[in-house]
Formats: sequence, structure tokens, C-alpha cells
Amino acid sequence: MPLLELDSVRKSFGGLVAVKDVSFAIEAGTIAAMIGPNGAGKSTVFNLITGIYVPEGGTIAFEGRKLGGLRTHRIAALGIARTFQNIRLFAFMSAVDNVLAGRHARMHATMFDSLVHTPRQRAEERAGRERARELLRFVDLERHAGDYARNLPYGSQRRLEIARALASDPKLLLLDEPAAGMNPREKEELIALIVRIRDLGVTVFLIEHDMALVMNVSERVTVLDYGEKIAEGAPADVRRDERVIEAYLGRPDVA
Amino acid sequence: MPGARRIGFFVLVAALLVFPFADRNNSHVDFLANAGAFILLALGLNIVVGFAGLLDLGYAAFFAIGSYSYAMLASQQFGLHVPFWLMLLVAPVIAAIFGVLLGAPTLRLRGDYLAIVTLGFGEIVPQTFLNLAQFTNGPNGISSLDQPSLFGRPFGFSATPYYYVLLGLIALGILIARNLQNSRLGRAWMAIREDELAARHMGINTTTTKLAAFALGASFSGLAGVAYAAKLDLVSPDQFQFNVSVLVLSMLVLGGMGNIWGVIVGSFILSFVNSFLLPQSTTLAHAAGFANVDFTNYRFMLYGVILVAMMLFRPEGLIPSRQRAAEFHEALTDAPVAAQEQAEYEGPPR
Repeated sequence: MPLLELDSVRKSFGGLVAVKDVSFAIEAGTIAAMIGPNGAGKSTVFNLITGIYVPEGGTIAFEGRKLGGLRTHRIAALGIARTFQNIRLFAFMSAVDNVLAGRHARMHATMFDSLVHTPRQRAEERAGRERARELLRFVDLERHAGDYARNLPYGSQRRLEIARALASDPKLLLLDEPAAGMNPREKEELIALIVRIRDLGVTVFLIEHDMALVMNVSERVTVLDYGEKIAEGAPADVRRDERVIEAYLGRPDVA
Repeated sequence: MPGARRIGFFVLVAALLVFPFADRNNSHVDFLANAGAFILLALGLNIVVGFAGLLDLGYAAFFAIGSYSYAMLASQQFGLHVPFWLMLLVAPVIAAIFGVLLGAPTLRLRGDYLAIVTLGFGEIVPQTFLNLAQFTNGPNGISSLDQPSLFGRPFGFSATPYYYVLLGLIALGILIARNLQNSRLGRAWMAIREDELAARHMGINTTTTKLAAFALGASFSGLAGVAYAAKLDLVSPDQFQFNVSVLVLSMLVLGGMGNIWGVIVGSFILSFVNSFLLPQSTTLAHAAGFANVDFTNYRFMLYGVILVAMMLFRPEGLIPSRQRAAEFHEALTDAPVAAQEQAEYEGPPR
């Protein structure tokens, strides 16, 4: 059974069909990528997976369980975490508090616990902070633990977003253009980080424009164009696919 | 807390405890007791606006509900005489229930829209108390409320016992607000304040989390309402008009949204200006022969000037919410604090 399976998923905005009967599956323990020109519907697919949008047709199943209609916070609790194309950190919270907020679904303090700081709450808080520190170390941000997220440099913010997503102990991590705006050195570090995340046992599914990165890191690539899946397979096959070349470079006789 | 601040804190607490004995002028103690009620209100509104980022322009409604709870349940009005101390437990619960009731319809609203709806509630609640004349005596309000007593000794007409009650309630309020701030719930509020969509992706149920903010925020004004009503011995609809909501919000803006100590300082300063400085300077002016001067008329102009000046020169408030980095000393050394000091308040999430 695949970890995530989309079956003829469809979503439109007004007259525009953003995602047109798209099907694909992601196996546990792999790094998968989704590519496609701007406006191809990639982010919409992410938003459908995380329950921001509800599919108009088709099903999305996570570990065999259909997600249809579940609210975003419930889907997050099932073990799907994500980052955003435009960084969406909690700007006026410290890095460590960002990560702790990301751990919300794995913590259990009730309102009463939070009010009076019961021993149970204290123990959970201690363990949570410990884990948050570990994750900050994992993305090499430990010395920025106390800094406001907004004061971190751009590349660090991207890594903090990944740490925050990992804090929920996800089974599937969705990365929306993680390399956007990064310089070549940062991209190399990012590739290493993605591999390390996979080695932790977290399945990674990423949207990316940087072809070198996609070809380098992913084991399987799905290509979208105008909301439709036009190709799927190993990176080396996909880059030779005529429809993919056409989608990216245009038709020779038209150009 | 570092050593110097700790000492300062204990000196302040000791001074507050002996104040009524040191200064036998009952009007001073009376002023401080009233200021205490507003500090409690500000601490409560800070949960809603400062922590969770939900702009509430009708907070006085919950103050009214707290006050009227005491007036109706502890007076001749219905012949009910629930003890004052029990009401300190009951009224916050009543206010919290109304917090949920009034919060529920606003859950999908953000920013300006939320502000407008809460503004509406702030108008509806006092109006309702005004119109339900058979229960509330309409514009006359409810008077002769039960006098609280401790160990069989009634509070009497001195402000001193109320002063101590409010001091205790504020201490409790600070403790609760601090606990909340450093907790799963507090972080969830702040996450919603910063970015609601991202918060949902963290597994935060924004519906229940926002309702918790409304409920807990309202419960503070339930406490303040009981103490204030008992002290004043009168509750009437005109005590809870829009200007009270604005006053408490101004206290937050002045002191520093989201920072507990900032909110207390801002609250105290505005109370001081409002109930002490303006009336006293008017008295002085009258004594000096300017019989037509009444500085209290300039109250709202002064709020306006303070708000505009704060937004222009120090939008984060007098004591801004600082990054909690006490446990991250090594991080502190290279923390760009100066940049954060200039940070502008960005308002509720887009």
C-alpha cells in the first residue's frame, strides 16, 4: 500500500480547472517530486492533500485512509506536515517556540494543564523543548533558538520551517519549493538535509522548479501541466519525455 | 528574573501591601482599587488581543456581564444573596460562557470584520441590560448590592478591603497569564495571531483555540466586574459603554500588546491620568482662579494623542513583548535585539 495515493483528484476555481483528474501514488520511505510550469496546479495539489481545499472529485488516501472532508488540523495530526512556498513562519515567536508550536499535535496539555502548569504539563513541556532543540540542531539552527523567526536570514528561515514541520513527527513531509531563493551552496546543503530527513524514515514529497535539485534528490517525479499529469517516472526518463520538454520549452513549430 | 529586578519586584509588592497603612487618604486607596479593576480587565483583553490577535472592540460587554451577575445574584433585586467570594468563582464562569457564545459567530472573521462584529456586541450587551428593565431596573441600574464580608466583618465603605481583594486578583491574573503564555495553548494562540493558515497546518484546531481565548479573556472581566460592582455598590448600563472598551484597548497599546508587565504599566498610567491627574489638575486650576477649566473634558483628546504618538514613535508599546531568551544565554549574545526593538506590530494575520 502506498503512503499517499491520489485517485482522479479534481479541483476547479470558477471556470478554471486547476487540478484535472490527477492520480499518482507515493511510496513510503522515498523522496518524490512534483514539477511543472508556473500555474500548473502544484500548490493546489498540496492544498488538497492538507485539506485547505476539498477535492470536487476523486479521493486522496493516506495510509489507506481516505482524507476527504477532514479538516486541516486533523490531517496534520495524522502525520502530514508541510512548508510553504512563501515562508509562513510565526514571525514574532522565537525559533524554538515556532518548533514547539509545530509540535502541537503531539502534545496533550489541556486548557487546565496550561492554566495551572500541572506536573504532567511541565514534564511534557520539558520533553517538548528537548525535542525542539534536537530539531534545531538537526537543521543547524540551535544557536538561533531564542531569536525571533523574522530576524533570521532567509536561508535559515527556510530551514526553520522544515524543523517546525518535522516537530509533528510526520510520516509525510510536503516541501513547497524549498530551494526558492537559495544560492548554490545553500541548495547543496538543502539536498543533504532532504536526504537526511528521508533517512529518518520520513517520506518527502516536494515541489521544485530547480531541475538540478529535482533530478539529484528525487526517486520519482510527477509532472503537471495545466492541471493535468503529463508524465511520471524516474527523473532520467521524465527529462527525456517529449511532453515534458514541450511543456517547459514550448512546441518547436510554434516557437 | 535577574537579581536587581527580583529585588525591585519584592520592594514593589511590599510597598503595595503596606500602602493603605502608609497613606491614610482613602481617596488614594480608592483610586488604586479602581485602577486594579482596570488592570484586571487589561490582562484579560490581552489574552484575546495580545496573545491570540483577535481584535475585540466590545470587551466592556463582559465587564458588564460580570458586574450584572453580581448585582442580580447578590442583592435585594431577586432576593438572592450569593456570597461575594463564591461570586468570584461563579462570575468568571458566566462571563466565560458568554465569551464562547459571543465568540462563536465571529470565528470565521478576521481583522477589521472581527472588530466590527465585536463592536456590535459591545453595543448590544449594555443595551440589553438597559431594555430588560423588569430585571435590571433599566437606566437606574441595580443598587444596594450585598456588602462582602470576611470572617463575619463587612467591608464597609472603606476602599481598603477592595484594594486588597483586587491586589490578590491581579496577582492571580498575572500568574495565570504567565502560565498560559508558556504553554501549549498560549503558543497556539500566538501561532494563530501570527499566521492562522500555518497554525492549522501545525494541527491547531483554530476553532476551539480561539473560543478558549474568548472564554479565558472574558473570565478576567467577570472577576473585575464582581469586585468593581461590589465596591461601587451600583451597576448601571452607562458604566459599560464603548469608551470603556476603547480605554482598555488603549491601555494595551500604550503598555505593549502581548506583554503582561507592559499591559499593567499601560493600564496604570491611563487610570492615573484618567482618575487622578485630570481631576486633580482641574481642582488646582479652580483653586488658582480658572473657574471655567475642566481638564477631564480633554480625556478623549488625550487618549487620541497618546494613541497616535505611540503608533508614530513606539508602536510596540512602552514595554514590548521581548523574546523570552532567558534559558538561551548563548543565543542571547548574538541575538539581533535592536532589530526586534524596532519591530512594528503587524496586526492580525492576513
